[in-house]
Amino acid sequence: MDIELITNILFAMVRSGTPLLLVALGEVVCEKSGVLNLGQEGMMLMGAVTGFIVALTTGSLALGVLAAMLAGVLMSALFGMIALGLRANQVATGLALTIFGAGLSAFIGADFVGKPLVGFAPIAIPVLSDIPVIGPALFQQDILVYLSLVLLVLVWLFFRVTRAGLIVKAIGENPWSAVTLGLPVLRVRWLAVAFGGALAGMGGAYLSLAYTPLWAEGMTAGRGWIALSLVVFASWRIGRILLGAWLFGLASILHLVFQGMGVDMSSNLLATLPYLATIVVLVILSSKQSRIRLMAPMSLGKPFHPAG
Amino acid sequence: MKASFKKTLKQAATVALSAAMTLGLAGQAVAKEDPLKVAFVYVGPVSDAGWTFGHDEGRKEMIEKLEGKVETTFVESVAEGADAARVIRKLAQQGNDLIFTTSFGFMNPTLKVAKQFPKVKFHHATGYKRSDNVSTYAARFYEGRYVTGLIAGKMTKSNVIGYVGSFPIPEVVQGINAFTLGLKETNPDATVKVVWINSWYDPAKEREAAEALIAQGADIINQHTDSPAPVQAAQDKGVFAFGYDTDMAKFGPDAHLTGSLVHWGDYYADVAKSVLNDNWEANDTWGGINTGMVKMAPYNKAIPADVVALAEKARAGIASGDLVIFEGPIKAQDGSEKVADGVKLEDKDILSMNWYVQGVEGKLPTN
Repeated sequence: MDIELITNILFAMVRSGTPLLLVALGEVVCEKSGVLNLGQEGMMLMGAVTGFIVALTTGSLALGVLAAMLAGVLMSALFGMIALGLRANQVATGLALTIFGAGLSAFIGADFVGKPLVGFAPIAIPVLSDIPVIGPALFQQDILVYLSLVLLVLVWLFFRVTRAGLIVKAIGENPWSAVTLGLPVLRVRWLAVAFGGALAGMGGAYLSLAYTPLWAEGMTAGRGWIALSLVVFASWRIGRILLGAWLFGLASILHLVFQGMGVDMSSNLLATLPYLATIVVLVILSSKQSRIRLMAPMSLGKPFHPAG
Repeated sequence: MKASFKKTLKQAATVALSAAMTLGLAGQAVAKEDPLKVAFVYVGPVSDAGWTFGHDEGRKEMIEKLEGKVETTFVESVAEGADAARVIRKLAQQGNDLIFTTSFGFMNPTLKVAKQFPKVKFHHATGYKRSDNVSTYAARFYEGRYVTGLIAGKMTKSNVIGYVGSFPIPEVVQGINAFTLGLKETNPDATVKVVWINSWYDPAKEREAAEALIAQGADIINQHTDSPAPVQAAQDKGVFAFGYDTDMAKFGPDAHLTGSLVHWGDYYADVAKSVLNDNWEANDTWGGINTGMVKMAPYNKAIPADVVALAEKARAGIASGDLVIFEGPIKAQDGSEKVADGVKLEDKDILSMNWYVQGVEGKLPTN
């Protein structure tokens, strides 16, 4: 492997990991508040289609991204109404949201299939982008990649140093104790769910406006699910989400690169690596002790009713 | 004189009017004859911008060509397997005279339902099982790919061509081999790197594969997957690409050299006509450039005129039958002789092709 190839691989790794990073970042905030939203794939698709349509009709990519985030928020509000308002089973509601989003996005986007769009262009940061090997990967990307990294730092700081971050975590651990302390459990959970929706919409928009600027039915191809498993893989730690997103990105690039190099290794086997890692984490998580050790929010997925 | 002229005029008008009325009535009588009811079963949504989209374009073209004589319905996103039989049976019960099932996985359900409805005519795409009322049809995509190979050989500078593959099945391997034979014809030093993504349709993965190939020196990308993402990747990286299925030039105006397109409209119209004329019989059609089922997308301006001429000559040769793509001598990947000099591969050998020709790098994954 020469330097140029490694540079290219790292560049592709960051790009391929960005939608995962965005969606997982939204989901981890949601899960830290104790809500498990499995509707990421549906929200991503709605974000992708809305972003594409708005960007194409208005000619503004920025408006497209905003519209995508709004679409994600609306989708998550639907989830909130059923799972938080009516206290329905979160797993079932999330799954329904994914199916709904896949169908609705296909319906709205039918007239926009096969239309070309000029997507986000890379912005090279002077000097830094000339650093060998890692320069292009980190400093020669499009604006959404930079934005995803900024958001990552903000979320990390939010949980690390702010009181609000502590409140979200407290509610995720034990909403009943939190409510006795006078914390607005439902309001916080609503906000966390909406944040998750906005970032899932943005993750979808990254695909339809930057990575592969086009709309096609089901174009996320399961990335919402990968992002969900990424949250588990990262065991709810913000820093590890970045690491995980890049690792998953690297795994999906490497099995293609190895094929091109003629390495005699099953590409299917390589492609399964991220999932294998996730399963291992899930197995470890199955005991309560290790859940505590791995910082899983203890009330994750349990509906909350103030009275009981 | 004047009066008689007027009378003549009046008479002429009456005659004309009655003639027109007769014609009109006749016209009505023709319209009253029930149109042929034709149904289509699609595996994907008509908006997939690829395979199903192509079939639906064919359906629309058939309606245009046989205006008023056919009435069509379609059912989209039908899962391959047991449920397909239910959908096909329902269409037959609804009085459709001719049913096209457009995916390989509909093969057994189609035969099963065909047995129960012997008067209904069925056409199954890309399958190999037929009966008295079931025909099969497919397109020789690989013929178009040979032509793109000729162009690639002339256009490459790095002598490395990247090929984004879907699944290692004969249909795709035929395309890789035909492309490589064309490539070697114009540029014996060039090689083909293949990357399999194990999906027909995953824009992001297709793009990653194209980028991985470009990173390894490929300066032309060919694809056997359904989205235009590889063409976009080529456009962004400033290399060339060949599209597939539909004209993908708008996704990469500089990159898109040409592509092999599939075109079902003529075939669908011909089949419907044969049913209307009562001379339908079950058969197998594997149409290529000669029947218009496979076409080339417009050539990019970047291709020099002499290369376009070369490609067009090959296309004409394939159409007339003078140029046979899988005709020996053909060497297998390891250099051993696979097809002897002068021997033409039979269709059944092409349909089960599971080996690479010389010039393709990497090992063909075995399923």
